Amino acid sequence: MSTVDWKNYTPVLLPDIKDLHKIDVYTKNGGYKALKSVLTDKKKWEGPKAVIEEVKKANIRGRGGAGFNAGLKWSFMPPADGGPRYLACNGDESEPGTFKDRKIFEYNPHVFIEGALIAAYAMEITTIYVYIRGEYKTYIDMMEKAISDAYDKGYIGKNILGSTFSVDFYVHSGAGAYICGEETSMLESLEGKRGYPRVKPPFPAQKGLWGRPTTINNIETLSHVTGVINNGADWFSSIGAPTHPGPVLYGISGHVNNPGVYELPSGVPILDLIEVAGGMRNGKILKAIIPGGSSTPVLRADQLDGITMDSDSLRTVGSMLGTAGMVVMDEDTDMVDVLWRIAHFYHHESCGQCTPCREGTGWLEKILLKIKNGDGEVRDLDLLLDLTTQMEGRTICALADAAAWPVRFTINRFRDEFEARCKKKSHAVA
Amino acid sequence: MAYEFTKEDLQEIETIKAKYPEVMPATLPALWVAQRRFGHVEPEVQRLVAETLGLPEAHVHGVANFYTQYYKEKKGKHVLDVCTCLSCQLCGGYDILHHLEEKLGIKAGETTEDGTFTLNQVECLGACGYAPMLQVTNDKYVNHLTKEKADELVEKLKNGDELEYEQIKMPQHKNI
Repeated sequence: MSTVDWKNYTPVLLPDIKDLHKIDVYTKNGGYKALKSVLTDKKKWEGPKAVIEEVKKANIRGRGGAGFNAGLKWSFMPPADGGPRYLACNGDESEPGTFKDRKIFEYNPHVFIEGALIAAYAMEITTIYVYIRGEYKTYIDMMEKAISDAYDKGYIGKNILGSTFSVDFYVHSGAGAYICGEETSMLESLEGKRGYPRVKPPFPAQKGLWGRPTTINNIETLSHVTGVINNGADWFSSIGAPTHPGPVLYGISGHVNNPGVYELPSGVPILDLIEVAGGMRNGKILKAIIPGGSSTPVLRADQLDGITMDSDSLRTVGSMLGTAGMVVMDEDTDMVDVLWRIAHFYHHESCGQCTPCREGTGWLEKILLKIKNGDGEVRDLDLLLDLTTQMEGRTICALADAAAWPVRFTINRFRDEFEARCKKKSHAVA
Repeated sequence: MAYEFTKEDLQEIETIKAKYPEVMPATLPALWVAQRRFGHVEPEVQRLVAETLGLPEAHVHGVANFYTQYYKEKKGKHVLDVCTCLSCQLCGGYDILHHLEEKLGIKAGETTEDGTFTLNQVECLGACGYAPMLQVTNDKYVNHLTKEKADELVEKLKNGDELEYEQIKMPQHKNI
């Protein structure tokens, strides 16, 4: 197995440059060069399709959690017919354990704006919306300022940099709802409605915002586009794990000494990543990790040897990269408490549209609370597992799956701990 | 009391409407304008938003109720939203919540008698690396909480002090 050389990596999304969020500093450091290139260098870029091909070749796998090739997604847009077409940038970032896109809003908003503008050019899009969760009020204000500066400098608006390409760019604030991170729910929310996910098909590329062709990409995904245009697809795909290439913003939280967001290549060994974040807090022993947001299956410490942060490696131990928001848990962690809290989250955030999810998430939480309080029985564990099979794949969106997976995998991987909690009660009664 | 938007509010709502091809998408931003003006979006305020946008009241009501950040009833002057979700739970979010319950003499979900503080327990706020943390009245984040820091925050808010934006320095892997 080849190892990823992460120790000599220099960050590109979050480089150590003072005041990079200011447009003048950004342009002084090579900013908006990629946009200029695709709009004016006709020898290099024979139109929008050439840009899509380059991005497709780079294999930027969606950083919002699904891991789908961004360029391939762009190619699903139907041919332009003169009507409006939309790009909806997903900055809802609400999966517990995930806090990376806010770093782009704060430290390097223009790398994202530039990437989104290139995406808009490639797909012949007429309006861009960036949807940011309402709780990020500070970052919403920062993005408003960055977009307004880019309008003033002529990077957004009519006939950008003297070309025939024109596009508008707006911020849309959410107001507190995890489900709006689901792409079709986000479209509903942008249209001013309750965030109920839509049935697919039709897919957003066919019928998205106001029934028009729409592409939805994560903030980090779009930010990588700028680097791909500047340095080429081969540069991007040579970084990190070959099948899931490029830089990744790892958000590390939980029981480590220096939690935070770290930009490194994909495919960093999980145990190294814990060291990057300062190692275990208070000299404790590692018990488990959740690799990429609360819905990705938990892994025991003994499963982590040689496992790296990319989809292929994580699949071999039955988990996923998700959003690369890794939650680290030490030996004192009570897995029953943790699972109950995750179940509480999904119950709270279920939009209520589909019965298996609305009712199922409630039952998961209720039974787990009973076990947590010491009133559970071993057969409750099998009831929980049975419930998960009645939720998965039976709803409009993946929230039910996201609620079911942690229950299934945490019980399976820590069965002893759950059984011990259930048996405690029966002994006490006896 | 009859609620009314100021001229500036109405202008802001017109600017918002221009961002979209239809009026309905202005529902969420207009509710934000209303909440910033009146401190809540009680049914009377929802009616005002509906009338201003020319949309059915039932639609605005449905939207206001779907999203947790809109206050459907009057809240305290300062709303403390304490995160207790996954990473905050692991790092002592519940200890902070219970400490504030004791300090303010109220339970999560309640408002102090003098109307100064509302205390809530909320879901993930996207600050997992800076746990435990809370958000003050849909605005500033207060990170890396300890009981002492929570006490100081309560005093600051009581005194009417402005909260500073807590910038978090990027960890750079090469420094390690």
